[in-house]
Amino acid sequence: MFKWIHRFGSPPFVYRLSGRIAPVLGVLCLILMLTGLYLGLVVAPADYEQGDSYRIIFVHVPAAWMSMFVYVVMAVSSAIFLIWKMKLADIVAQASAPIGASFTFIALMSGSLWGKPMWGTWWVWDARLTSELLLLFLYLGYIALRNAIEHPQLAARTAAILAVVGVVNIPIIHFSVDWWNTLHQPATITKFDKPSMHPSMLKPLLIMVVAFQLLYFYNLLVRVRSGILQREKRAAWVAKELEN
Amino acid sequence: MESIAQFFSMGGYALYVWPAFFITFLVLIGNVWFGAREHRIALRDAKRRAVQVKSSQE
Amino acid sequence: MKPKRKQRLILVSLMVAGVALAVTFGLIAFNQNIMLFQSPSDVAAGNMEAGQRFRIGGMVVDGSVQRRDTNLDVQFSLTDHASTVPVTYNGILPDLFREGQGIVALGKLDDKGVFVASEVLAKHDENYMPPEVAEALEKAGKMPGTAANYGNTTLVQP
Repeated sequence: MFKWIHRFGSPPFVYRLSGRIAPVLGVLCLILMLTGLYLGLVVAPADYEQGDSYRIIFVHVPAAWMSMFVYVVMAVSSAIFLIWKMKLADIVAQASAPIGASFTFIALMSGSLWGKPMWGTWWVWDARLTSELLLLFLYLGYIALRNAIEHPQLAARTAAILAVVGVVNIPIIHFSVDWWNTLHQPATITKFDKPSMHPSMLKPLLIMVVAFQLLYFYNLLVRVRSGILQREKRAAWVAKELEN
Repeated sequence: MESIAQFFSMGGYALYVWPAFFITFLVLIGNVWFGAREHRIALRDAKRRAVQVKSSQE
Repeated sequence: MKPKRKQRLILVSLMVAGVALAVTFGLIAFNQNIMLFQSPSDVAAGNMEAGQRFRIGGMVVDGSVQRRDTNLDVQFSLTDHASTVPVTYNGILPDLFREGQGIVALGKLDDKGVFVASEVLAKHDENYMPPEVAEALEKAGKMPGTAANYGNTTLVQP
């Protein structure tokens, strides 16, 4: 068991494995993304209240969900890095930050474009929108910290502490619509409840969620491979790996 | 033909729906592109170093 | 686990717990400020002074909307099923504004207790379905949350 975990801490093993898995994830993601777009934009009917504007949900919800998921991955791997000094965990956290920031930006941007026609405003300082904006700043802060500190090890540790502490914001984002009065509506899909969405609309939404998830893992693996190469370029295994 | 126009008009919400999808995929594709570029550069650097190490050994 | 790692694990856990605690206290202290809007009950309880700018949220009472033909003046009542507040507004209403719909209005109370709104935003619920399905559900009287679902109890508490 420990040997098995140990292999996932070994850069050559992870480098080769991710090189093999990434293309598969990429192709699967592309297929699902195109299917989801077709079902969501063409096949799914208009909403009884919001007409066609609700279709923004097919990019908004997957991006918002991923913005939180990626942050949790970043925080957990940062904690692993801080406690066990595992270099690979730091690479994963560093690779996740720009991807998470993009998902957060997409969630805010698409939400704004949805809010204008439906709510009547691009932006309102309610608990959900504000905490999601804070998430974007956490991602940007993490990236900025890493770039601002010259000493790489110190930069990694400082940024990791920010990532770990910032995880407090995640439950706030999730429960903001229940804890406070907000303009934002409560979640459509919850674990314990039956989703309050018609199956013809729910199916493309779920497909898009899976596609976004695959896109993250694909992108993560590619970026982790670059991270490994950058840090291990002096290692003998890299030279050997690149020869063939 | 009319149904295509209807599709693009998005029930009058075209100005909101299409930019949302367009910017989303612009950002996502940009993300993938930057990741690939980073990997290309890392590969090139590592290869260059490997060649250097090899020539210094000979 | 090696003692050093255990130490670091405890340190990291304490750090997160500390920040979580601080944030929790902060959020509880500013609870009222984080609320985007007040309910008609809050207004009825006299928590809001005339002339003070705030947001009010509630459901547009069925049959209460009165429009003018000559200008954009609108009058309606907002309710949280416990209290009702009359609202006046001059401007363009969002697409989703209708009777029975949840809305949030920004403005202030005048001397007569009428809420003069300068901005009206529509709240929508988390239900999505095709029009035919909505019609069928309506007929069967099984429409989930005909008004926007406020989700929390603050709006209905007396």
